[in-house]
Amino acid sequence: MDILVCVKRVPDTAENEIEVNSSGSDIERDDLVYSVNEWDNYAVEEAIQIRDNSGGAVTVVTVGDEESEEVLRREMAMGADNGILCSDEAFEGSDGKGIATILKSVVEKGNYDLILTGAQADDGAGEVGGMLAAMLDMPYASLVNSIEIVNDKMIKVGREIEGGNQEMNEIDLPCVLSIQTGINEPRYVGIRGIRKVASVEIPVLGVSDLGLSAEAVGKSGAKVTRQDYFVPDLGEGAEILEGSTEEIIEKLIEMLKSKGGIK
Amino acid sequence: MDSVLISPAKASFIGIPTVIFSVVIPIVGIAVFTYIIAKRLAPLVRAAPDNRFDRINERIVNVIKLWLGQYKQPRYMMAGTLHILIFAGFIILSVRSLSLVFLGISEDFMLPGLGGIAGQIYGVFKDFAGTFVLVACVIAAVRRGIFKPERYAVPKKYGHDHTGEAVFVLGLISTLMVCDMLFEGTQAAAQIQEGMHTELIIPGTGVWFTVNMFLAKATPLEKLQNIHILAYFMHELTFFFFLCFLPLGKHFHVITSIFNVFFMKLDKGTVKPVKWGVEDDKLDELESFGVKKFEDFTWKHMLDFYTCADCGRCSDNCPANACGRPLSPRFISIKARDYLFKHYPLQGPMTNGSPLIGDIFTEDEIWSCTTCGACEEECPVMNEYIDKIVDLRRGMVDEGTVPQSLQKPLSALEKRGNPYGKMEKKRADWAKDKEFSEICNVKIIGGKETADTLYFVDSITSFDDRIQEIGKATARVLTSAGIDFGILGPAEKDSGHEIRRFGEEMLFQDIKEQNTEAILSSGVKNIVTADPHTFNALTKDYKDLPPVEHMCQTMAKLIGSGKIKLRAVEDKNKIYTYHDPCYLGRHNGIYDIPRNVIDSISGIRRVEMGLRCRDRSFCCGGGGLMLFYEPIEEKRMGQIRVEMAKKAGANVVVTACPFCLVNIEDAIKTSGLEGKMEVIDLVELIDRHMI
Amino acid sequence: MAQQIFAYINHNDGAADDTALEFVTAAKKITSDGAVTAIVTGSGANLDTVCNELAASYNEVWKIDSDALAYPNAEVVRKALINILPGDSIVLFAHNTFGMDIAPGLSVKTDSAFISDVVDIEGVDGPNLKVVRQEFGGQVSTHVTADISSGAVINVRPGSFQPDESKAAGGQVADKSGEAGDLAARRRYIEVVEAEVGDVDITKSDVLVSIGRGIEEEDNIEIAEELAEAMGAVVSCSRPIVDSKWLEKSRQVGTSGQTVKPKVYMAMGISGSFQHMGGLKGSPFIVAVNKNIKAPIFQFADVGVVADILEFMPELTEKINEIK
Repeated sequence: MDILVCVKRVPDTAENEIEVNSSGSDIERDDLVYSVNEWDNYAVEEAIQIRDNSGGAVTVVTVGDEESEEVLRREMAMGADNGILCSDEAFEGSDGKGIATILKSVVEKGNYDLILTGAQADDGAGEVGGMLAAMLDMPYASLVNSIEIVNDKMIKVGREIEGGNQEMNEIDLPCVLSIQTGINEPRYVGIRGIRKVASVEIPVLGVSDLGLSAEAVGKSGAKVTRQDYFVPDLGEGAEILEGSTEEIIEKLIEMLKSKGGIK
Repeated sequence: MDSVLISPAKASFIGIPTVIFSVVIPIVGIAVFTYIIAKRLAPLVRAAPDNRFDRINERIVNVIKLWLGQYKQPRYMMAGTLHILIFAGFIILSVRSLSLVFLGISEDFMLPGLGGIAGQIYGVFKDFAGTFVLVACVIAAVRRGIFKPERYAVPKKYGHDHTGEAVFVLGLISTLMVCDMLFEGTQAAAQIQEGMHTELIIPGTGVWFTVNMFLAKATPLEKLQNIHILAYFMHELTFFFFLCFLPLGKHFHVITSIFNVFFMKLDKGTVKPVKWGVEDDKLDELESFGVKKFEDFTWKHMLDFYTCADCGRCSDNCPANACGRPLSPRFISIKARDYLFKHYPLQGPMTNGSPLIGDIFTEDEIWSCTTCGACEEECPVMNEYIDKIVDLRRGMVDEGTVPQSLQKPLSALEKRGNPYGKMEKKRADWAKDKEFSEICNVKIIGGKETADTLYFVDSITSFDDRIQEIGKATARVLTSAGIDFGILGPAEKDSGHEIRRFGEEMLFQDIKEQNTEAILSSGVKNIVTADPHTFNALTKDYKDLPPVEHMCQTMAKLIGSGKIKLRAVEDKNKIYTYHDPCYLGRHNGIYDIPRNVIDSISGIRRVEMGLRCRDRSFCCGGGGLMLFYEPIEEKRMGQIRVEMAKKAGANVVVTACPFCLVNIEDAIKTSGLEGKMEVIDLVELIDRHMI
Repeated sequence: MAQQIFAYINHNDGAADDTALEFVTAAKKITSDGAVTAIVTGSGANLDTVCNELAASYNEVWKIDSDALAYPNAEVVRKALINILPGDSIVLFAHNTFGMDIAPGLSVKTDSAFISDVVDIEGVDGPNLKVVRQEFGGQVSTHVTADISSGAVINVRPGSFQPDESKAAGGQVADKSGEAGDLAARRRYIEVVEAEVGDVDITKSDVLVSIGRGIEEEDNIEIAEELAEAMGAVVSCSRPIVDSKWLEKSRQVGTSGQTVKPKVYMAMGISGSFQHMGGLKGSPFIVAVNKNIKAPIFQFADVGVVADILEFMPELTEKINEIK
């Protein structure tokens, strides 16, 4: 089974404090460390396991700049066979649909049975997978937490739905799936593994390589644009509630309701 | 001397001269033995290299102290005494055994130098030896077979009980002793019956009892003669059977222990390189890291498996074992040994090369180890465990099978230089705390500032709220004593001590390089730290650094020279006890200095936690990455330790390691002892009492 | 503007989801009259019940009844919507597992803009809709504009808008089942496997009632369970509770436990140790209740109450249940 996994390089939220920069145009990126989006990593692990069981090859692709290459290499150190970097000035500022358009071209250049994305990214909208499926006219399932290969035409997938329940579906191949965390236990990739793939060739594809027009992607093609970053007023430290227990409870319930704490 | 009885060299049995047996038995015995040894050596030839031929003088001293001197045996007094007796007996009787072989061929044979008086004196020693060995064997057999001390028990998952093998061998040894007593006894009895001269027989020895038994029964000469010959050949058969049996089980140690001790690890607290002979900068060229299949072990580690005497002392002291984790060091050795026996059999093809994890070892078993070193401290044949665990972990890391709970801190260490994922630039924030920095200024070295001494803070002290207090106390003590010190601040990365011991060697090398550069370019003349893991890393894992001290050593000197003055103990009613951290105590031999530091507070009342102090200290639960690992266990190590403190009557535990502090503080809370027991770091204790 | 606003309604067992009435409020922020049509798919009597109930709040209710829609399979529903929705429609979904499944693909098929997980709508400016979203687990917010002139698909975060209970619209139920078209899909629903009882995944809960040693005894955990139930939350804890074996390890929040990103975190009798707080990510609204004013948790919390949780929690539970 030939699998394509779409990955993204993101700020590592576990090891960063995300703050808005002084002008509000972006988050403060100076001290950020980046890594592969956690959901995408689960997807790559899943792809590798499927390949190890059924044969085939795993290709990882990302849309980004040259720094994004490190993420492809890490996933190849993990076990992916090939990497593709889509990089072009014209891609900058793409919205979700723009990214999906670029990835669609990548899919059409190959012959993939299964396309995986992570369910979401901390700085994203969980949209690329679904859009890509629609553009390719392939069936789609999101938040997949289990995959069972039935035969080369069909697979069975479980989706994570509310209440911790699982929705079981049959889905025809080729298809697009977005993968939820917890589907497997991703293997560890050590420094050594990354050094081993340091000199592997990763092709870089631009606008013309993918047969795209610059208007369809990038800022010009984007319908949805982020204007700024800001932090809504929160107040400092813990506001210690005063008064009688009754008064405190009343105030507290008000706050909880507005924060969605009481359903 | 004219002998009444016919010697085996001259006797005959249904017409066959028994001397034939005397020749055939040894020849066959030695041939079979040689074959077995060759088979046993086969895997060692395919093993990874190990550098054990250096520092010969040190090694010889070790053999004399640990092998000949049986130095570790008395740690378990009963078993130790029995073993020393049997061992001493074996040494003494080895001469006799050799003589006996030849006596079956030439009746007047005497080993060169053992003629005349020397021989007679030897004879006396031999008789004593034979006696006390027999007595020891009987006691040992009763102890093993009937009283069954717990540490010999074999949990079901590890297979069948080993008592049978143990008692069988004791039986063989006893047989040897008895046969010799009968051989000699019949000889002497016959001489006495005929009124002829006999060798000196000391009353109370086994031979003496035998002789008297024959005389009392007035055993006829013919019977004496038969017993004489029978006893001889029983002895020879048993002897050569025993010789060939040794390499088949735990008694292989009888042969291999001298080599095992000779080749033992000389540098405590160090970790073996990924592969001996491969320099750090050539590591990238290696195909595979660590131990994945059996042949990845070094020949010395394989020798360890053969030499394990199955005594159980290691597991008896292993804290992971005590709290119900799936690790039992004894069975690491026994399972590996049985693997060797199975895959390198005496007959049949060698079947080798399959992965060990999932076969004889489980992942959790190998991750459970805190590297405390208690097992290695106990082992009487000087088996190593930590290097093997590290090698197995290296193998798992190479394959990517690292528990998810450890992947996050490892990733954080790679990206941020600390396992918490906190930003590097905040590493020195603890020193910028407003109240604190007003009274104590901590320099950040590098750039404009320089200092004589580097205080290497390390990650937990930099970022953990509670442990930052140790950092502040350390700074106050150093300032008070007028020491010109500074910290590296954001340029400091985790010392990497646990990264290495958890098998991520390349990440460790990276971090080591970064730290080394930062330290060397800072121009400091010496380094001090309050963290034993840091101390061990900088002294054992790093190279070419300025001298490193632990705060206990520094404080001892400062107190001794009067640079720090202490007032009397603040609370006379509290009872203090010192918990030896593994990486200060066992791995670095520092036991007395911290105790002296505590005792320099006048009026302080200090107790020891029974036998579980100094090199028998009980690990608190582990440090570094171990704090992130989620073990399967029944109880926390810290809780067991806190119970020991309680039992000793202490209400304050003093420790000299931040991880010990965290674990013991946790344990005090979960044991419901909050308010009744407290734990404090040694530096904090001194800081509180400084004038 | 000529664009019609639709809201897709999730429902189960004849009752509409809580989010159903939130769309009414949201729609008013897009257009001045806030005219909005509810779309409900399903089959049988339950579907009818829901549609009739919603008619009071929506200008119109479009019912699509089909066996193929008995279970809300996003692939099938999407096909129906593509056939039924007029061009340039603005469609609102709840940002839940269904919304995440159906919406992105729908936006491509209808060539409209897609905005996910919207927490506030600021208004329309020319061809653009201005909304507020969050990123990085809520640590930062962003203003986003979308060109909705050829339509939009918008996923609205549940609870972001107040439900409009006024029932002022009074619309009719229209049966659009005939326009649904071919509902064969290449993803076929098999069944729902329910979570094992006792198998609680605290990382999936938006609201956590987390207990620490202030709970004092195992028997008192009941108090926390009652509060959690009243709040629609799940009970989690700090390490000492797990160590004492009062709760399973899967309930533990902390660096050596689970990492959680809830919206609301009730830290009850938790001291707020470094190891515990390390498991709490994003920017949840943290309410701390602790006897000790000096507990570090008060540095992390948004709101604090100095009280004994064993007394405070039952009172809070009572009051919440009263107003529900």
